Amino acid sequence: MAYSEKVMDHFANPRNVGKMDDADGVGEVGNAKCGDIMKVYLKIKDDIVVDAKFNTFGCASAIATSSMATELIIGKSVQDALKLSNKAVIEALDGLPPSKVHCSVLAEEAVKAAVADYYEKNGIETDSELFKCSGCCSSCDKS
Amino acid sequence: MQKIYVDNAATTAISPEVLDSMLPFLQEVYGNPSSMHSFGQAAAAALEKARADIADILGAQPKEIYFTSGGSESDNWAINAALALGEKKGKKHIVSSKIEHHAVLHVLERLEKEGYEVTYLDVYENGIVRLEDLEKALRDDTALVTIMYANNEIGSIQPIAEIGALCRKKGVIFHTDAVQAVGHLPVNVKDDNIDMLSLSAHKFHGPKGVGILFCRTGIALRGLIIGGAQERSRRAGTENVAGIVGMATALKRANENLEKNSAALTAMKDKLIAEVLKIPRSRLNGDKEKRLPGNISFCFEGIEGEALLLSLDMVGIAASSGSACTSGSLDPSHVLLAIGLPHEIAHGSLRISLSEYNTLDEMDYIIEQLPIIVQRLRNMSPVWEKIEAGGNL
Repeated sequence: MAYSEKVMDHFANPRNVGKMDDADGVGEVGNAKCGDIMKVYLKIKDDIVVDAKFNTFGCASAIATSSMATELIIGKSVQDALKLSNKAVIEALDGLPPSKVHCSVLAEEAVKAAVADYYEKNGIETDSELFKCSGCCSSCDKS
Repeated sequence: MQKIYVDNAATTAISPEVLDSMLPFLQEVYGNPSSMHSFGQAAAAALEKARADIADILGAQPKEIYFTSGGSESDNWAINAALALGEKKGKKHIVSSKIEHHAVLHVLERLEKEGYEVTYLDVYENGIVRLEDLEKALRDDTALVTIMYANNEIGSIQPIAEIGALCRKKGVIFHTDAVQAVGHLPVNVKDDNIDMLSLSAHKFHGPKGVGILFCRTGIALRGLIIGGAQERSRRAGTENVAGIVGMATALKRANENLEKNSAALTAMKDKLIAEVLKIPRSRLNGDKEKRLPGNISFCFEGIEGEALLLSLDMVGIAASSGSACTSGSLDPSHVLLAIGLPHEIAHGSLRISLSEYNTLDEMDYIIEQLPIIVQRLRNMSPVWEKIEAGGNL
């Protein structure tokens, strides 16, 4: 098993790492028992994700997928952020080993959870179908 | 950048003496040991000299030594051969421990599916089985006890001589996976009451792909590979002469330097442990005293082992982790779970395994780098954030 150069770059120099005190939406997914937890913070202005930050407990690919996921959604509309798929994260990282695909699913879920939190805080009603995860991963079954 | 190799439980570098002893058997003395001519007989003589030298060091007879491809093959062979003997007497029970290498554990798991019953002994917090548990586990239909000499992840050393004595008293075959022990501890099959033992050359500066199964006279060893008279007709196939000669050289060298190396490794190990445990929320896994001289196993709360391992590699330190993420499963090491660590702590494991080629200066470098890396990963960990805030995991 080897990581792509992009994965190693995002692991060694993660983008947007850190916390956000005035976040408009926060999402945390995964659990420590399985070895991955991702927490994503969003700053949203006029329906645009103007900033995103993350904190991750997990392996190199968990850190790299969180980093890439935040990169991919900054500047996008909230609706587009919701459309972020784990496949898009994998592609942007030039691939992930098969055993690490669940990390990309977790990154997608973390973004969706943060948007859900934003909608809830602001009383925005939406179609729950939008929040369904595109991947399939045992992380969904465990809590 | 400095390059430091501290993954010697995975494999070691071949020593210059070992390499020198092997080269003639790759070039000049290339005969097949089964051939009658002088080329063949020169190779056969080297093979038998290696067998005698190794037997002498282990306290065995030369005819009790079978050359194999390494530890995993020897483990598989020993277990299956012992059970073939038990089968004849209707014995279908095996006793082992919860922290065996997968070369034993996965064989046992398959046997369970095939109708065998296995009792896995607990190892408690220090990673060591208890004799009273073994005594309770032994039954009239126990065909085999297989318990490793020393653990590959946490270095804990089992009471092998006592286990062997108990098995002998009860008339049960005792096999030990001594892959991590031979060359590092004074292993003697007579003193330790061992019936079968597996070892691998590349764990003590010998070549990869060669090892031994010791099987005591009186235990009929069922053949593994059929089709030739090699290894007393029990393992057919032209012998890996250069590898076997290299293994004998490596074992002789390790045995001669055992005390010296053990003292040097212990000094490095003790220094590293004392300094690294200053990192808050860190712990040493395994027994403090009864452990391999070169094995160090840590857990750091709030971070994950693979990220730690790769971060160390980026600053030139090659170590290992028992973490799930390096094995491709979500579950952390069965060894760390067996000593009672919760999943979330077991995920943050790091194994540093030393050899005679490491130095105290290298330990200083690790001591300097490790806390920086642990802190960097903790700074981005939501789990650490909770720990710091006083919450539980």
